[in-house]
Amino acid sequence: MRPAPLSPQAAIALPVLGAASILLTWQFLLPVLGVPAYIVPTPTAIFGVFQRNFALLVDNLRPTLIEALAGFVIGNLAAVLLAVLFVHNRILQAAYFPIVLFFNTIPILALSPIIILIFGLGMTPKIVIAAVICFFPTLVNMIRGLDSASDNEHELFRVLSATRWEIFRSLRLPRALPMLFSSLRIASATAVIGAIVGEWIGSDKGLGALIIQASFNYQSDRLYAAIVLSSGLSIALFSAVVLIERRLVKY
Amino acid sequence: MANAIETRGLDVGYGGRQAAVKVLSGLDLNVEAGSFLSILGPSGCGKSTLLRVVADLLDPLGGTISVLGDTPHAVRSRRDVGFVFQDSTLLPWRTVRDNVRLPLGVGQVSLTRSIEDRSDELLELMGLAGFGERLPHQLSGGQRQRVAIARALLGQPKLLLMDEPFGALDEITRDRLNDELLTLWRRTGTTILFVTHSIAEAAYLGERVIVLAANPGRLAKDIDMRPFKQDGNRCSREDPAIVAAMAELRTALERAS
Repeated sequence: MRPAPLSPQAAIALPVLGAASILLTWQFLLPVLGVPAYIVPTPTAIFGVFQRNFALLVDNLRPTLIEALAGFVIGNLAAVLLAVLFVHNRILQAAYFPIVLFFNTIPILALSPIIILIFGLGMTPKIVIAAVICFFPTLVNMIRGLDSASDNEHELFRVLSATRWEIFRSLRLPRALPMLFSSLRIASATAVIGAIVGEWIGSDKGLGALIIQASFNYQSDRLYAAIVLSSGLSIALFSAVVLIERRLVKY
Repeated sequence: MANAIETRGLDVGYGGRQAAVKVLSGLDLNVEAGSFLSILGPSGCGKSTLLRVVADLLDPLGGTISVLGDTPHAVRSRRDVGFVFQDSTLLPWRTVRDNVRLPLGVGQVSLTRSIEDRSDELLELMGLAGFGERLPHQLSGGQRQRVAIARALLGQPKLLLMDEPFGALDEITRDRLNDELLTLWRRTGTTILFVTHSIAEAAYLGERVIVLAANPGRLAKDIDMRPFKQDGNRCSREDPAIVAAMAELRTALERAS
């Protein structure tokens, strides 16, 4: 028999307690085991970085936020537009979709130096890397979503003499929204990864650059603080996507 | 009375004219305007295909077809045909009222006559007053089919095509919807083509029942039910004459399968 569902209070309290227990264990077990702070700092040491170096962290968060956000918007928008073109022109889809899929098999880490060679060292290559990493899952999901209306649904619109635009607006697009949002949720995390990878390869600003500098200098508490901040950035983007999804997808 | 549908030597198939798999072959059929025709037949006999040709969803390979004295395309463009599918085909993101109003939002470009918003009146007619703001997943299967019928009737079509609309419903709901459909038919005078797998449903609803045979689809039996019924296509399901007609239909269906 399936266990009874948790009460709403327990559903909130249990993950909080779970996280607290891990943090407490982490805090008190490390000194007991004799793990040096330059390898793994305690949670309070990481928290201390947020107090001492707040301005430094915010300074480095800003470029990463802009790159991830711009990459997220550009990559997903390009994917949606290409998906619309592909589902309305099967010849184009047959000719170019395999090439797009092949392009997707190139690891982003291998592609990043090329992008930096082309676009230089500013913010642009990071935005491009974040956009590229968001692009493929959204393209594939959007094509599937736009094609997911049933034969009967298409026949219903045909009986009503709907135009191509009306079929797109009133059938294909609403049908695609759940799949689009599931890829946007994934993209909210990968856009941040893209921006950070770009900063690793060629930048002195941003959370990616901060992670590299902190690890070279054995500033583990700063390294961990940068990791916490980049994770926070992903969570914020993810939450924004979920909020918009709840407003738009009501079924 | 004039014919709503006339077919002569109608051939329908898939795979193009040369290598076609014929679904319907040489079908000659007249359907009187304002009548209720039930179509029975084994799977693959072309029942649904016939409806799709009438609705201009499929082009015939050969023969002629006239719908309301015109081509199927012209009739579809005038929105003189309504279609109800086996699954209700309601759009899950639209409320019940907005689903009924779908014909107002699409296809207006090619439409040569205007359609009034009669959604509230139709929802009331289908016993769904007060359900307008619900979403389809909040309705039962029978209620969803009622919404689909209301949507098909919004444009006041002269011809209503129903492809096993009650096939997925339980027997009690199906019987109730059969009665409601007959009441609706008497009120509107719409010609109805009703495809079903149920002999009892075909006999109870139809003024006339045709049985199609398979491979390829052709007319196997044509029974005028009016002599077995009272005025207005009224009958009792237990009436011996209806039961006898059902037995005749069963024999025809067994031979056609």
